[in-house]
Amino acid sequence: MIGFFTLFEKEFLRFWKVSFQTVAAPVLTALLYLLIFGHVLDEHVQVHGVRYASFLIPGLVMMQVLQNAFANSSSSLIQAKITGSIVFVLLPPIPYSAFFAAYVLAAVVRGLMVGLGVLVATVWFAELKVVAPLWIVAFSVLGGALFGAAGMIAGIWAEKFDQLAAFQNFLIMPLTMLSGVFYSIHSLPAFWQGVSHYNPVFYMIDGFRYGFFGVSDVPPENSLAVVVACFLAMSWLTLRLLKQGWKLRA
Amino acid sequence: MLPAVSIVDVVKHFGALKALAGVSLEIGQGEFFGLLGPNGAGKTTLISCLAGLVRPDSGRLSVLGHDVTKDFREARRNLGVVPQELVFDPFFNVRETLRIQSGYFGIRKNDDWIDEILENLDLTSKADVNMRRLSGGMKRRVLVAQALVHKPPVIVLDEPTAGVDVELRQGLWQFIRRLNGEGHTIILTTHYLEEAEALCNRIALMKQGKVVALDTTANLMAAHPGASLEEVFVRTLQS
Ligand SMILES: Nc1ncnc2c1ncn2[C@@H]1O[C@H](COP(=O)(O)OP(=O)(O)OP(=O)(O)O)[C@@H](O)[C@H]1O
Ligand SMILES: [Mg+2]
Repeated sequence: MIGFFTLFEKEFLRFWKVSFQTVAAPVLTALLYLLIFGHVLDEHVQVHGVRYASFLIPGLVMMQVLQNAFANSSSSLIQAKITGSIVFVLLPPIPYSAFFAAYVLAAVVRGLMVGLGVLVATVWFAELKVVAPLWIVAFSVLGGALFGAAGMIAGIWAEKFDQLAAFQNFLIMPLTMLSGVFYSIHSLPAFWQGVSHYNPVFYMIDGFRYGFFGVSDVPPENSLAVVVACFLAMSWLTLRLLKQGWKLRA
Repeated sequence: MLPAVSIVDVVKHFGALKALAGVSLEIGQGEFFGLLGPNGAGKTTLISCLAGLVRPDSGRLSVLGHDVTKDFREARRNLGVVPQELVFDPFFNVRETLRIQSGYFGIRKNDDWIDEILENLDLTSKADVNMRRLSGGMKRRVLVAQALVHKPPVIVLDEPTAGVDVELRQGLWQFIRRLNGEGHTIILTTHYLEEAEALCNRIALMKQGKVVALDTTANLMAAHPGASLEEVFVRTLQS
């Protein structure tokens, strides 16, 4: 247990000591999105009967939760691998499950801190209700955990920073951007609506948004089931790879 | 008595390269053991197998009776390794680094022992300095300190004195000898053969993934009267 807490604390300090880049910067990015798109479209677009700027905020929050959770575990692991300091966590008797839990929890904490920051920064610019806070908590924590675990796999897999960047730019970014952060999938042609249903991020954003407005494209129970299933599958895979020592122990 | 380290028929390939070609060794508790050999002989690979950083293709390794794969937690608890590569985590200062490393081994309040290690490695004045700001030799000392935070019964030092100044080398050996005197088993890799000659009671000489000589330092020296360990080393490798 002490091993787990120490590793979590170390992972937390790692981003907290540079929180200007790891927390403040993504909050600013999201705020810029809101100011630009929200300003341009707010007058003209309504989604689910909600004004566009209000609709956009939960999407931006969730997008940053996911991207930052992913960034935290992946960048920590690849940095440790490249500098060689990974040995400090490979030599001690830390069980795989504690290793996994510490990285994922730190990723969730960073994701939630950024998400909360985005919320606080943007809420002044639009009206925002909170209809079902438990859904908000459930989707942000599970989504962050899923992306934290995915970040572990990516960080362990990648041998160079540009491989990780490719993973981020060609998989994580499209998955989040095309998930309904900026639109309701009901505004898409039927074909792309169908495609969106294969994107797990769509369910996270949709369910998360339900917590604010009480309306969604898919019932939140269904979305939660999808997200839980994805998280369990990802955790199982990550734990298996850790146990094998895949890419970490030669 | 259980051996401190038992290595049986360990083979490891990296692609086509046979880094370990069937190594067997037994090191007793309380020994000061020298693992010597030219560059690329397989010393670090063998140590990495023992530490669980490298998975052997076949063979078994154990630390104080604990198999390094099946019973990896107990094996690692009993082992302290100073890696050969000069690695550090740039986010922390020396004391933070040592506290974190203690925590990984399940130890929370460790400052008394940390202070003692710092004192013995002449790092006390650097305790609050960030790792990035240390010189190479000082970083090496922190690596030694990190390996000792959990007072491991078996301590493996992979070239701990590379790039370390004379004064500290003396201090380090005094400290390591004291730990050996208190019952810790020491396994040392070094290219400074006079160090090995002065410190080690037994020596294994490796070449191309094999142990080519294994005996007490006294016997190795006696086989070549008048020669230094360096000459013994060269002759053995040539024969
Ligand atoms: N991760 C790795 N991948 C591929 N080859 C490796 C790897 N690690 C070691 N080797 C190779 O295995 C052989 C043994 O290397 P090792 O580091 O064990 O030697 P060593 O005895 O420690 O040498 P030195 O005295 O230079 O530290 C070398 O030929 C080396 O190139
Ligand atoms: Mg070596």
